[in-house]
Amino acid sequence: MKPIYLDNNATTSVAPEVLDEMLPYLRELYGNPSSMHTFGGQLHRKIEGARAKVATLLGAEPEEIIFTSCGTESDNTAIMSGVESYPQKRHIVTTRAEHPAVFNFAKHLARKGYRVTFLPIDSKGRLDMDVFLKSLDENTAIVSIMYANNETGVIFPIPEISEILRERKILFHTDAVQAVGKIPIDLKKLPVDMLSLSGHKLHAPKGVGALYVRKGTRFYPYIIGGHQERGRRAGTENIASIIGLGKACELARANLEEEVVYLSALRDKLEKTLIECCPDVRINGDTENRLPNTTNISFEYVEGEAILLRLNEYGICASSGSACTSGSLEPSHVLRSMGVPFTAIHGSIRFSLSRYNIEAEINKVIEIMPKIIKELRELSPFGRESKRK
Amino acid sequence: MWEYTDKVKDLFLNPKNVGEIDNPDAVGEVGSIICGDALRLTLKIDKQTNKIIDAKFQTFGCASAIASSSALTELVKGKTLDDALKVSNQEIAEFLGGLPSEKMHCSVMGQEALEAAIANYRGEKKPVEGEEKIICKCFEVSEDKIRKVAIENHLTTVEEVTNYTKAGGGCGSCIPDIEAILKDIWSVKPVTERPLVPKKLTNLQKIALIQDVIEKEIRPHLQADGGDVELIDVEGNKVIIALRAMCVECPMGNVTVKGIEEKLRELVSEDIMVEVG
Repeated sequence: MKPIYLDNNATTSVAPEVLDEMLPYLRELYGNPSSMHTFGGQLHRKIEGARAKVATLLGAEPEEIIFTSCGTESDNTAIMSGVESYPQKRHIVTTRAEHPAVFNFAKHLARKGYRVTFLPIDSKGRLDMDVFLKSLDENTAIVSIMYANNETGVIFPIPEISEILRERKILFHTDAVQAVGKIPIDLKKLPVDMLSLSGHKLHAPKGVGALYVRKGTRFYPYIIGGHQERGRRAGTENIASIIGLGKACELARANLEEEVVYLSALRDKLEKTLIECCPDVRINGDTENRLPNTTNISFEYVEGEAILLRLNEYGICASSGSACTSGSLEPSHVLRSMGVPFTAIHGSIRFSLSRYNIEAEINKVIEIMPKIIKELRELSPFGRESKRK
Repeated sequence: MWEYTDKVKDLFLNPKNVGEIDNPDAVGEVGSIICGDALRLTLKIDKQTNKIIDAKFQTFGCASAIASSSALTELVKGKTLDDALKVSNQEIAEFLGGLPSEKMHCSVMGQEALEAAIANYRGEKKPVEGEEKIICKCFEVSEDKIRKVAIENHLTTVEEVTNYTKAGGGCGSCIPDIEAILKDIWSVKPVTERPLVPKKLTNLQKIALIQDVIEKEIRPHLQADGGDVELIDVEGNKVIIALRAMCVECPMGNVTVKGIEEKLRELVSEDIMVEVG
């Protein structure tokens, strides 16, 4: 059974065009780009080609792109560079909605003695701009705010935030792992200083990411060693994956406008029909400012893991913010920060689409899902409450 | 993704005894929607024989919670109340072919619902709120429950307690309390029949004890196999012995000497060295 893969915010398939571009570098072209011989040295030019493609997608200059091993490395590097660049400043601002790559790194720095402000989000997952403004002071070394949330798809007002921080001359990093390739980003117009992206979220393979560092921004490398990436990120280049990331960015740019329309139509159909067919559901997050591919829906009186495993029987892949799926006993910190009731968090399901999803797959989910919810509610001692209404 | 057994998957996808018995003789409810799992168990009981004729469940929770509930109803049907009360959470887990360790609390929930239902049938009062000492405020787990589950399942670490009861799995502020409870439970050493060894022995006491151990603990075993041993001398921690009778030519002589040394280390002093004189 071919899976119906609706978990693209977790990871994506490698695009066939991307794999084709990569294969020669895993077979015959295995040289080291730092070598003096042509066999290795010629690869340097290929890496620069990929760098230019990543830069083009973002509206950046190629020399502003540093290749890394993943989104987490990009995030950690950016924040660490920020605090090392301003050693006299001991304050970091971030949000309660961040991915663990930023959230837990900020908590780690808090244990090391930094003052960290975790900005609250409202019931729709939005930032309170007044609280944000008040959090800034002359001690703030860096602000790190995600571009779009992985769980709800809510997009933060990065243009507004970056303008404010430019005026205040405060370093700004954004974790754009979920946004790059899904919505247009133009760093020529957007004054962010650093931006993280991850290959496997946009149909490149896992194990490659990039960090954008605006020209003129102070930068301290996080991984120390050889001279690769102009001394900004040591370690022999993951050439095949870097080539793959370049191709993936090229594809994303070519298809972006079309995909936004295509995916939001599919997503809206899925969301709208599920709301109509299942009673006691709610959408989590601001539907006005959301990634086109993401919907997060809570099904009251049922538990997320149970829903996922029933969907799994039909080959449908999604994810949940419920405690049972997280490996801990605590449900999603993002949904909790939004004040979503626990009853609804436990039954939250995230569908995240990609360009490879087709309408027939969405129709299948629409057909199966109400049945699963009905069956699980019949199993649930709280199911009666839904019937009573 | 959890590694569930086929039995768990089967009972999750095709649960048995789902629903609610009309006019049940006993009702047991545990957990809450806030905590992420809840179970409502209803029983039909034959009043003459005190046997459970029928059992049905409704569960809000993950796959293993649903499978555990289904397993519970299968296990207790046809049992007398007293026998049903003997069903432990381990039995529920075994019935399922095992549960991931992080999911053991699902089996505990099953057992608790059964106890609650039988207490309800017998008219026993539930502990009044406030009377129980709540240790984990995130998941409302009482000290009594932590003690009971820890003892029944031989839990020795906080992580295990969290896997079985959820206590400590939220904010984590109760972890020191759970550690204290575990220390209190397990610091009581099992009573053994070994001779009591005073902390600091004089040379005379030590030699007497060595003689005593060799006479009572070692020689009878060797003699049973036709061998024997004689104590020659004691110099500090060095115990010099001579092997006698069958032991003299026994190819396992070295093993015998090692065994004697281990016994003396166990019962007299840990630093004893045994040599053949």
